[in-house]
Amino acid sequence: MDMLILTLSGLSIFIGVAALLIGSIGLIRLPDVFCRIHAVGMIDTAGASFIILGMSIYEGFTLVTIKLLFIGIFLFFTSPIATHAVAQVAHKMGVEPVGRNLIERPAKKKPASKCGVRGKA
Amino acid sequence: MMMIVAMISCAVCLVMALIRTALGPTAFDRVLAVNAIGTLIILGISLHGFVMGRPEFVDIALLYAILNFIGTFAVLKIFSTGSLGDRQTGPK
Repeated sequence: MDMLILTLSGLSIFIGVAALLIGSIGLIRLPDVFCRIHAVGMIDTAGASFIILGMSIYEGFTLVTIKLLFIGIFLFFTSPIATHAVAQVAHKMGVEPVGRNLIERPAKKKPASKCGVRGKA
Repeated sequence: MMMIVAMISCAVCLVMALIRTALGPTAFDRVLAVNAIGTLIILGISLHGFVMGRPEFVDIALLYAILNFIGTFAVLKIFSTGSLGDRQTGPK
């Protein structure tokens, strides 16, 4: 039984750590804000959820497990909201996505931004 | 042992997110990387509690989760409207 708990928690933490590493490499290597949001979503949902699940299995049924599950539920619901807000504000401030999807659109008047967007002040 | 390995890999991921925070061309890259750093710090605090044999550190991790969410939204609101929307200044 002890061996089973150790194996399950180790497997879960391993999957979580793999998701964290993949997400961090993606955060460095992907070319755009809108692409990097995918990598951060990987860190926030898969990595955090699996590591918290592994710690919960390791701890057993105590008060610490309930607090860990609170953290997991909170991260699971708030991280997609935060990344969605980042994407929405970036689109509103005029960040252009890279790639071949830039069909000739009429040039819109973009709001002037101070956020380091290319071509603006 | 596995908690120590997970903590070390959390630190490696945190260094990569710091590189993106330093390099990021726009401010939104930096906001995104800081959000990821917050999540990694939450996991690191919880794992540190398990490594040290005192899992009560989870309370501090819960506090960091709430602060991370609110901080991201505050920075985004300043970028989006120019203020935090209080009575004196108000949104433009």
